Amino acid sequence: MEFKRRDAPFITPTSDVASIMRHVLYALIPAALAYVWYFGSGFILNLIVASIFCIAGESLMLRLRGRPIESTLADYSALVTAALLAFAMPALTPWWVTATAALFATVVAKHLYGGLGYNLFNPAMAGYVVALVAFPMHMNLWTAPRMGDIDYHFVTIAETARFTLTGSLPDYLTFDAISRATPLDIVKAGLNNMQTFDELRAYPMMGDFGGRGWEWIGNFTAFGGAWLLLKKIIRWQIPFGVLMGLLIPASLMYVLVPGVNPSPGFHLFTGGTILCAFFIATDPVSAATSDKGRLIYGFGIGFLIYAIREWGSYADGVAFAVLVMNMAVPAIDYLTRPHIVGHPLKKRGDP
Amino acid sequence: MSSPAATYDLGNLHGGLRLPAEKAQSTASAIQSVPIPNQLVLPIEQHVGEPAHPIVGIGEYVRKGQLLAEAYGSLSAPIHASSSGKVVAIEPWPVSRRLGRKAPCIVIECDGEDREAELPEETVPFNTYEPESLLQKILQGGIVGLGGAVFPTGQKLMQATTMPLEYLILNGVECEPYISCDDLLMREQAAELLGGVQILMYALALTDCFIVIESDKPEAISAIGEALAELNDARITLKQVPTIYPSGGEDQLVQLVTNREVPSGGLPTDVGCVVQNVGTAAAIYRWICEGEPLISRVTTVTGPGVSSPMNVTARIGTTVADIISFAGGYTAGADQLIIGGPMCGKSVTTDSVPVVKATNCILVLNKASPLSDEQPCIRCGECATVCPIQLLPQQLFWYACADNEEKLRSHGLTDCIECGCCDLVCPSHIPLTADFRNAKARIQELADEKARAERARLRFESRNERLETEKQVRESELALQKEEALKAGPAAIEEILKRQQKKQDQDPED
Repeated sequence: MEFKRRDAPFITPTSDVASIMRHVLYALIPAALAYVWYFGSGFILNLIVASIFCIAGESLMLRLRGRPIESTLADYSALVTAALLAFAMPALTPWWVTATAALFATVVAKHLYGGLGYNLFNPAMAGYVVALVAFPMHMNLWTAPRMGDIDYHFVTIAETARFTLTGSLPDYLTFDAISRATPLDIVKAGLNNMQTFDELRAYPMMGDFGGRGWEWIGNFTAFGGAWLLLKKIIRWQIPFGVLMGLLIPASLMYVLVPGVNPSPGFHLFTGGTILCAFFIATDPVSAATSDKGRLIYGFGIGFLIYAIREWGSYADGVAFAVLVMNMAVPAIDYLTRPHIVGHPLKKRGDP
Repeated sequence: MSSPAATYDLGNLHGGLRLPAEKAQSTASAIQSVPIPNQLVLPIEQHVGEPAHPIVGIGEYVRKGQLLAEAYGSLSAPIHASSSGKVVAIEPWPVSRRLGRKAPCIVIECDGEDREAELPEETVPFNTYEPESLLQKILQGGIVGLGGAVFPTGQKLMQATTMPLEYLILNGVECEPYISCDDLLMREQAAELLGGVQILMYALALTDCFIVIESDKPEAISAIGEALAELNDARITLKQVPTIYPSGGEDQLVQLVTNREVPSGGLPTDVGCVVQNVGTAAAIYRWICEGEPLISRVTTVTGPGVSSPMNVTARIGTTVADIISFAGGYTAGADQLIIGGPMCGKSVTTDSVPVVKATNCILVLNKASPLSDEQPCIRCGECATVCPIQLLPQQLFWYACADNEEKLRSHGLTDCIECGCCDLVCPSHIPLTADFRNAKARIQELADEKARAERARLRFESRNERLETEKQVRESELALQKEEALKAGPAAIEEILKRQQKKQDQDPED
């Protein structure tokens, strides 16, 4: 009998890129539901806009680069970028802001670097930073969460859609009535005004640890992250590194210089910390690859988040921290190469 | 007398995979004997090193156990007839070592009588031999490593005696899915195996031996344990290791058992260990104590493509087709024929290839479900997590694509054992192992080319040097002549000039 020849191994792999990306999307569902609950339907509209433009940007680039479009889109990576962008955007964001971020993420940050697997920077964070720099006013308009504010105004779907499409609210509604400074902004401004952290915690916007609502979104995000860890889609090194990189300096400062520093719990449950630790920093393409390297990479991100929040001019620093550490990845990878079995142990100064 | 219990050891092996064992289907029944086939096909190259030199002619009648081809060169092993019959051809035949392409083979038409050759000498207890002559004797039995590497055992042991040694390690790990020939051999031939171990310890003057078996083979562990209890040899310890692929690789086993790393490009003997497959030990026993050279081996015939999977004792040279039909033939879905296991085996194009000394498994698989296309690497790092050598396959892949020889070397491409773990966990379905095999071949080619260029350079330089010396010699001779002529006076110079003139006239082109 005659047979065809193949190369070993003859056992087929069980995982694939699309299923990894799908798992990430599933893991984001609890956080998405929480986001919608606390901040309204704007998240869904942002997600739709981001998805449309991420897919459009990716398709356009694949076409220009002469790559297969359908099979590449089926890896779901564009949708993961879209979902992360939707999480980063305020609930009320005009569509062109989201579109700019989505197009920059896919066209420039992803495909101009060679597409999935070759991008140096996390596409979602690159897109977010461009939007942040290009539309600073829109990117800082956060509504109050559905709890913790006596003047809370429920923004209806129609009002949200109107704003997303036109960038303006109905005449009866002013921005001042619905927008609130984020907990990070409150703390930053308050501490600059010589208020103590304990005084600031008495604000109605503040919850047990972080901002009201925000901390619950954080819980649900962590829940999804834990599921990813359980499913072995991500490994513990990066989330652990991010959290330690942030919590260690935060705790030290909180204990050593009491009063003028936010608590580590506040840092953990406010802003994008948890989303970053489990979903953004863990993007394998733009992260370090060795176990040790991932710890360093995560720790660097965590520390930079702390540094930017503490000493920078932006309220949150997740995106900048991730992008800066993305740049450090080649060096981290080079310096943390594992010891090859059977090779002499490396000494300091060896290449 | 206490029964030696299996000691459990979790060594320091990085990565690896827990694979589905797929062994139950072939371990249900005892080892069966394949009857004498009509035809035996014996490749003269069944081992690492130089091919053996045939010493029989076409038409010659040979008996079972008779020497057919003798070892040739510094690294080689002889080939013996595995049954009696007539040599009908010495010709190229498809073999598994070359993936179904042809290599020279001695073809015997069997007479079915299995007439045995007379032993050249009586078998005597092994300890009547001097250790060195025992090693020579092992060499003559055509014995090679039966784990699949087929390194001539005699030479391996001789090399080992030149090193300071501590442990003999018997490899009963058999970590690849589907393969169960060593498992069954340990269950059924424990006494022979231990006899072989004692011969090896005597020949190497070793006092410590570990027999290492994976935890998923409780029958083999108890069989060896019982035989050990009967033997009551305190030098031999039974060790149980967890079932993780690829802990059965020679260097990986040493690391697992002794926590010593075999140096890159080195041998287990560099860290005081000699590793032998359990089947090899049994073969040594049969040769030294019973006078039977290596003419048969236990082979697993298995996979969804075989009607009744089982383990068989087959004569070396029996074709795979004969063995498959003994095992009930192919099933309807049979699509892939693999010699060896599903991780490291080689797929061959035809079942006319013979069973050779290396053939531990004949695996027939059904059509694999089509895999999605190769996608770009997303640097997930799973491959690095499972690599038992702690390489960075994703980096190696990058450098292999870029053909960056220097980086490939510094990232340890040549240390890759091609175990295939990285392929299995890659979500982008990149055939990493195949890519690394190709990259290794290219590096080898480049090295060969470099060596050739170097030889050419040396030749060129020595030629230049030779021409230069010749020129100098000629010049000094001329100077001498000139001097002499000056001494001899103008008349002589005149004569010389005349002679030159004459020469130029005769040969104007000069």
